[in-house]
Amino acid sequence: MTLAATQTILPNRPRLTGRISDFLWKHPHVLLAVLLGPPILWLGIIYLGSLFALLLQSFFSIDDFSGLINYEFTLATYKQLLSDANFDIIVRTVLMAATVTLFSALIAFPIAYYAARYARGKWKAVFYLGVMLPLWSSYLVKIYAWKLILAKEGILTWAFTKLNLLWLLDGWLSLPVIGGNSLSVSYTGTFLVFVYVWMPFMILPIQAALERVPANLIEASSDLGGTPQQTFRHVLFPLALPGIVAGSIFTFSLTLGDYIIPQIVGSSRLFIGQAVYAQQGTAGNIPLAAAFTVVPIVIMGLYLWMAKRMGAFDAL
Amino acid sequence: MRSDRSTSAPLGLKIAAIGGLAFLHIPILLIFLYAFTTEEKSYQFPPPGLTLQWFAITWDRPDVWAALTLSVKVATIATAIALVLGTLCAAAVSQTRFFGRETISLLVILPIALPGIITGIALRSAFSMADIPFSFWTIVLGHATFCIVVVYNNAVARFRRVSGSLIEASMDLGADGFQTFRHVILPNIGTALLAGGMLAFALSFDEVIVTTFTGGQQSTLPIWMLEELIRPRQRPVTNVVAMVVMLVTFLPILAAYYLTRDGDQIAGAGK
Repeated sequence: MTLAATQTILPNRPRLTGRISDFLWKHPHVLLAVLLGPPILWLGIIYLGSLFALLLQSFFSIDDFSGLINYEFTLATYKQLLSDANFDIIVRTVLMAATVTLFSALIAFPIAYYAARYARGKWKAVFYLGVMLPLWSSYLVKIYAWKLILAKEGILTWAFTKLNLLWLLDGWLSLPVIGGNSLSVSYTGTFLVFVYVWMPFMILPIQAALERVPANLIEASSDLGGTPQQTFRHVLFPLALPGIVAGSIFTFSLTLGDYIIPQIVGSSRLFIGQAVYAQQGTAGNIPLAAAFTVVPIVIMGLYLWMAKRMGAFDAL
Repeated sequence: MRSDRSTSAPLGLKIAAIGGLAFLHIPILLIFLYAFTTEEKSYQFPPPGLTLQWFAITWDRPDVWAALTLSVKVATIATAIALVLGTLCAAAVSQTRFFGRETISLLVILPIALPGIITGIALRSAFSMADIPFSFWTIVLGHATFCIVVVYNNAVARFRRVSGSLIEASMDLGADGFQTFRHVILPNIGTALLAGGMLAFALSFDEVIVTTFTGGQQSTLPIWMLEELIRPRQRPVTNVVAMVVMLVTFLPILAAYYLTRDGDQIAGAGK
């Protein structure tokens, strides 16, 4: 502390707020603690505390006879998690998440590409809001809209009838795994709603990645004789890939943990989220529910690690 | 001047892009159409007739009003908490250098990066372990936790653009830290905070997954909606509520867009 220096510059401030301010200025660590303390305490205690408490429970087991939790360390719950029935749920969910991610990327890419390279001025705003509004609008209302669409008497059946293509719809529904009595109780329906609800999360990162591709790279490729297909394959796509991976983090993670969409539109076969919900609710088996939540956490951990290596976080 | 790059897109790309946008918007338009249908037993398309009567019927429903009031109250308080905590966190991360800054960003993002069901069940089991009864405040607690990130993202983006020399100039001219905050920093980050707050409000107003775990007997508007989705009883009323919810969430999104469109991004990448 240099007393002389402070006195030559300014006398100490008279008011209390001034003195507090001076104190914080001289002690930046205290300022940092004051700024960071409340949010860190909130997130640390309420969020991380709850999360660890939950994960801890996965190492307990439930007593089959009394239905009470047995507070002893055991891996029995994890053994139960890997039993055939439960493992099926995990495989089904991961497959669905992967398919949804793939198709989201396919639909999102042209939108992002057009918005990044061709849309100018007013159209740019139209595209931006055109993505932001569905992305932020109510999750449940979006699912509700699909319930209207997929219903047997709904618009999709109407459209297929008008186009004389009803045989196509019926043919699709009679397929073994993806079909069902009607679209709203089939995997196809679940898939469509998942793609609809999570696809907007894919567009913005791809657009951000594409906007950073300098236009003269594309021109150089054409100048050197590359056909549009070759330019796409060797120049544009590799540069857009981090954006696609960044977007896939959202589509994959969100599909992995969702339990409301498959409950409302879909068959009775469970997904991870529904299994967690059923185990903690009606079954009262908190340890197994906790073990189920470990699955998406581990999968997303691996996924994020891979994404980081591919440079996806720069595209966020 | 360079030779003009062709500014019109290939036809295939145009069709794919516009088709993609149509895929995103047609379901939303349908919601608006169904609010006026005269059919009340099924989701028949095209609607046999159009009517305004369901708006009056919905208006007189006390359960809808109760759910709406609860949702607005929860969203307001959760947004207020998130504004304070998110701004503090953003100020610390962007104005100072310290060990573990990246970890802080990760910690803030985690509640929305992990599936909502994990946040929900973790909070639920923590509440029951601590013998906290489910109430209005447990809902707020959950909502504020995942709303922090929206405010944080907006504030961090804006703090990055506030030049450090402005703050130093204010200090040199004799303002203390609080005066600098009040007269220099706040006017600069104000619109970003407003935008972040609006998005946080929209996020909380719409939240259903965490709420199913942290809510007790009370039902917010999304919970009311979810019950109707699982067991449809009042299709016409649900149609009207769906339309109103759509409109209510559109306004803050549009406002947030206009508040932050000059250069920096609003927190679109994470919900």
